[in-house]
Amino acid sequence: MATTPPGNLMMTTVEKAANWARTRSMFPATFGLACCAIEMMATGAAHYDLARFGMEVFRASPRQADLMIVAGRVSQKMAPVLRQVYDQMPDPKWVISMGACASTGGMFNNYALVQGVDQVVPVDIYVPGCPPGPQSLMHGILNLHDKIMTGEIVNS
Amino acid sequence: MADQKTDRETTETLDLWVAGTEEPQFQPTDEGAQEFGPDESENRLADQFGRVITDDYVFDDEVGDDDRMVVNMGPQHPSTHGVLRLQLELEGEVIRRTKPIIGYLHTGMEKTAEQLTFSQGPTNVTRMDYLAPMHEELAFSLAVERLLDVEVPPRAAAIRVLMTELNRISSHLVALATNGLDIGALSMMIYGFREREAILAFFEKNTGLRMNHNFIRPGGTAADLAPGWKDDIAAILEELPRRLQEYDDLLRENPIWMARTRGVGVITAEEATAYSTTGPLLRAAGVDWDLRKAFPYSGIDQYEFDVPVGENGDVYDRYRVRVEEIHESLKIVEQVMDAMPKGDYRVGDRKITPPPRARIDESMEALIHHFKLFTEGFKVPAGETYVAVESPRGELGCYLVSNGEARPYRMHTRAPSFYNLQGLPIAMADSLVADTVATIASMDPVMGDVDR
Amino acid sequence: MSPILETLAEQFESVDWESSHGQDVARVPAEDWLEFATAAKEGGFEVCVDVTAVDWLRSRPHRYEVVASLLSMVERTRLRIIAAVGREDPTIASLTPLWPGAGFAEREVYDMFGIVFDGHPDLTRILMPDDWEGYPLRKDFGVGMVPVQFKASHQVD
Repeated sequence: MATTPPGNLMMTTVEKAANWARTRSMFPATFGLACCAIEMMATGAAHYDLARFGMEVFRASPRQADLMIVAGRVSQKMAPVLRQVYDQMPDPKWVISMGACASTGGMFNNYALVQGVDQVVPVDIYVPGCPPGPQSLMHGILNLHDKIMTGEIVNS
Repeated sequence: MADQKTDRETTETLDLWVAGTEEPQFQPTDEGAQEFGPDESENRLADQFGRVITDDYVFDDEVGDDDRMVVNMGPQHPSTHGVLRLQLELEGEVIRRTKPIIGYLHTGMEKTAEQLTFSQGPTNVTRMDYLAPMHEELAFSLAVERLLDVEVPPRAAAIRVLMTELNRISSHLVALATNGLDIGALSMMIYGFREREAILAFFEKNTGLRMNHNFIRPGGTAADLAPGWKDDIAAILEELPRRLQEYDDLLRENPIWMARTRGVGVITAEEATAYSTTGPLLRAAGVDWDLRKAFPYSGIDQYEFDVPVGENGDVYDRYRVRVEEIHESLKIVEQVMDAMPKGDYRVGDRKITPPPRARIDESMEALIHHFKLFTEGFKVPAGETYVAVESPRGELGCYLVSNGEARPYRMHTRAPSFYNLQGLPIAMADSLVADTVATIASMDPVMGDVDR
Repeated sequence: MSPILETLAEQFESVDWESSHGQDVARVPAEDWLEFATAAKEGGFEVCVDVTAVDWLRSRPHRYEVVASLLSMVERTRLRIIAAVGREDPTIASLTPLWPGAGFAEREVYDMFGIVFDGHPDLTRILMPDDWEGYPLRKDFGVGMVPVQFKASHQVD
């Protein structure tokens, strides 16, 4: 077309439209384990509202979720459960490892914890902190949104 | 995925959570049945603990139309307050037996404590009960100070009381918020966390972190209160009572709330005492026991406050006890604010607490003390002690054994939620499945404390 | 010593009493553990607050110490009872028949130290997975540290 289209018309690719839809209504799965879970709840609460990004609906069933925020320390007993929940999530799915314990084992370098949740599930974003404040978690989530929008993370 | 189908055919259990670590064929037996005591006489307890052995406790294929069913709840579940797994044995809608399975958050903190020095200890214990980190640090610090035989200055004690009482308020707000959320009062979740933000902002200003502060250390506190703290506290004291009134308007006389919480999850005083439950669970059952009154610590006996006690031991009474405890804590906070003594915020003994940063440039001795404290740590004389504080969940104790080194030889935390969880089978015996969520929420377990 | 402790002291002669930083501690031989605990419960200690253990490895003749903290709410007294338990096959009587609240705590001691409690209704692992081998809080069980770059940390063996 030689001329630009009139008012109410957008031209885009299917991929960009799909990415836009995915980021604007991501449903996190409830996987709050320890202290980071409280900060995750605080992120979803009124002060640092996650609902602005369409994410306040934390789905309990992994079948209905696309984002798994591993919030807290993963013990040896919990690791198989974590993997099961991850496997039950339908594609496309993303994982945010929230906090020091989920990312690397944190301050607990001992027999009881899995030293980094990326030994169990593939992780897209690591959010450092002990616990990371709601602003840090939101920064991580928004980074994830950006990465999906630009196509840097392709999970299909 | 194929394995799950065969599992389902061979057993009659209904797994809401697909087993990965359990044996594939679950045969419910008397395993897990606890003897209550030789003098119990109630039928429901006999049924629960398997003393009335009937054939249908063991599933075999001949008894096909038995309506006993084992349902697994958790560990990944929106309403279990963390990673708690419950196996409920149901007869229709009525719960006959409950077995809580814990350990999904076991972090080996007691083993880690043996690797960290005494001044690094609070960073470790503070993450056990992550909703009441100040209380955890206080129990540990008091235990270390008792072994060292030092008394903190009055200002340090007052700052500790201020911080722990604010922490009690924020923890009870989370308890009320999650209680409301689980029962269906979604606004309560938003309200609870909104109020908590004000208190967390105070913590952030004074301790540096919103949670897991590492502020109360052996010898005193990490730093003095930030300038302007009185105005912040005054703002909190003005706003919270109004908001608590809002919650009362929402919940206190609400017929739906009362129908869902009255008479649900009852634990009587005798059961609570036998199962070592403490805190709001014990007080809601009618036992007037609060460690702040019985064995006062950190100068808390100078402040006037009451201890709310319930009657029936049901979910409603626990809710009321928590709300009243918030009011009482506000009273204490106000008294501390008015009467904060002047002085040092930590013990002057330079072998325990680090010198002020400015002194390190001036004095060689200060530099050496600082160096030794942060590389080797201070040595604590050999001995053992047990110190308990009243956390929002009950008696939080620290059993500390030292053998003269700079690291604890054994550090054990008496976790209130660990013992409170033993009351869960009692509270849920012969109740309906739908009341499970309300009961667990009212027990307010913090799994970091339970599993450590 | 408060009156209920004095009656206990008169009843049991094999028990050593000491005061540890202002708290009463009774060192009870392992054979008298249940008997002493029963007498303590009848004497007024209605609550068993905590049961735990300490591993002394080689520094004491008996390897383990089982520590129970008792509380009397009516008399406002605490008592700590400690029993020394041997090296091979450590066993001691369970307090769960007296105070059901000790159930979970004794399971935890079994899980972490391997001390067997006679008379416990369900002595299974509670914190570690069911198929875990080893008893983590024993002193000869390593911390399980993963080597980390730049960490010149104090390794305790």
